[in-house]
Amino acid sequence: MITSVRSRVFAQIFLITIVFLWMIPIIGMIISSFRPYSETSSDGFFSWPDTLTLSNFSGAWERGDMLRHWLVTFAVLVPALFLVLFFSSMVAFAVSRYSWKFNIALLMLFTAGNLLPQQSIIIPLFEIYNRVPLPEIPFLVNSGELRGSLIGLILIHVAFQSGFCTFVLSNYMKTLPKELNEASMVDGASLWRQYWQIILPLTRPALAALATLEFAWIYNDYFWAVALIQNGNDLPITSSLRNLSGEFFTDDNLVAAGSLIVVAPTVLIYILLRKQFIAGLSVGANK
Amino acid sequence: MVGIPTFLHVMLIWVPAILSIGLSFTNWNGFKLSKISWRGIGNYKQIVTVFEKDFYEALLNNLWVLVFLFLFATPMGMFIAYLLDKNLKGTAIYQSLLYFPVVLSLAVVGFIWKSVIYSPRQGVLNTLLGRTDPGNQIDWLGNSDFVIGLTENYGLSRNFLALIAPMMWQHVGYIMVLYLAGLKSVDPSLREAAAIDGAGEWQTFRRIIAPSLRPVNVVIMVITVITGLRVYDIIDVLNNPIGTNVLSLLVTESTSGESSNVGRGSAYAAILLALCFGFVIWYLRSTFKEDDA
Repeated sequence: MITSVRSRVFAQIFLITIVFLWMIPIIGMIISSFRPYSETSSDGFFSWPDTLTLSNFSGAWERGDMLRHWLVTFAVLVPALFLVLFFSSMVAFAVSRYSWKFNIALLMLFTAGNLLPQQSIIIPLFEIYNRVPLPEIPFLVNSGELRGSLIGLILIHVAFQSGFCTFVLSNYMKTLPKELNEASMVDGASLWRQYWQIILPLTRPALAALATLEFAWIYNDYFWAVALIQNGNDLPITSSLRNLSGEFFTDDNLVAAGSLIVVAPTVLIYILLRKQFIAGLSVGANK
Repeated sequence: MVGIPTFLHVMLIWVPAILSIGLSFTNWNGFKLSKISWRGIGNYKQIVTVFEKDFYEALLNNLWVLVFLFLFATPMGMFIAYLLDKNLKGTAIYQSLLYFPVVLSLAVVGFIWKSVIYSPRQGVLNTLLGRTDPGNQIDWLGNSDFVIGLTENYGLSRNFLALIAPMMWQHVGYIMVLYLAGLKSVDPSLREAAAIDGAGEWQTFRRIIAPSLRPVNVVIMVITVITGLRVYDIIDVLNNPIGTNVLSLLVTESTSGESSNVGRGSAYAAILLALCFGFVIWYLRSTFKEDDA
């Protein structure tokens, strides 16, 4: 497509410059997390490192109580991820494989639901959560109510994210040949069997792409957690970084190390499953 | 099969959305249900009179985010996607690296920028400017003077601009991926035909590529607007410095603490909903247009 060498050189220079600029915060985070604050603050950010240390990481790990917050994150993330894919794939199956009166309306409802700003529904949601009593379950429910419990957090993730997932999965399922349903109906397969044994296995690529994307989104959630959970111990890891800033003095390198610990799982997943990530978003944008 | 997921979605998303609108016309402190009383448009009146300063500042800040995303981040993401679509050397690496910020939580992004870029004592910016000595430092996140002053009371504050930068940092990668997926879906035979007919690069883009990308453009527009209205995490995580209020923060601020006012908070929420509503409808119409199966 590209015709002249000159425009190709221009494009390369432009892209390399942008990529370099874009990486500064990341590279800066990595470098400063290994250096003691006393050194960077006196010698400057761009000074040659004299000492490399892991003490920022151990400091952040302890002060941020990160093991506990990680446990909370995964206690929410794992069930939420399974439920959202399970629920969304069922709804997507029903709206994309069968024509019935309200199937488009239902799909629109889910699609629109995911576009609402979270803050615009938080007040009534909070009041509803406040009024649903739950039995105490160690770790998952410490508050005696939906509010403040990890179950409540799981439910809102499932409800909110199922909008996007239903949309993406129904687009994907629409592309599967219609004859699949007809043939299996002739064979007398129940609706459940058609979904579970025929359509779902064929939807695997879309499910994989969504799983990586949703992993990152649920892991990265900050708002639902701080709005619905009051007990600081029960907050997931993204909100635990706040514990690292002091009122009058903040060790920037400690914060950098803490940030690196917090982002590590999503970064790891991204490096391993980069293609899935990008595919998940692309399916959402192009039907 | 559809029942439980739909019940959950409706109960936790749509019922609260409608209740937000309903509660915005009431007076309530959030405790006893029996204490709710009808207030008509009183909360809205209060917002544009007593809380005028908060409200317009927040609304304007949301608008600034939109302006900067639309003028810089979105076109830049599209332009980069356009370059990457040409399969230049290194395309895969550029794409992976530019998309990288999108994978990170915006809350953590706030801390990364605060400690690496904006730290007064040792941040990248002050180091480059030679302003790291105490007394001479620039406090990027603390200074709420206006960069662009519209009136005496309203404008774009320095620290809010400092917060828009990381938002753009993330948004470029997001738009790039969306737009690149759109470009890849353009029928290659159209481009070949245009090339054979002797169409130049700009002509091909304007006449062939851009029109077939209309659905993606709608997605990009809507996502940009919704992102601009949803901004919350990065500001809240940095303890909401003076001059950086946005609508979503007014919702939670009005309902926290001693003087919790559910009615006023809900009115802010309803305004937020109203601002999104048109774009959501636009998105639905564009997405479900030729869709009847």
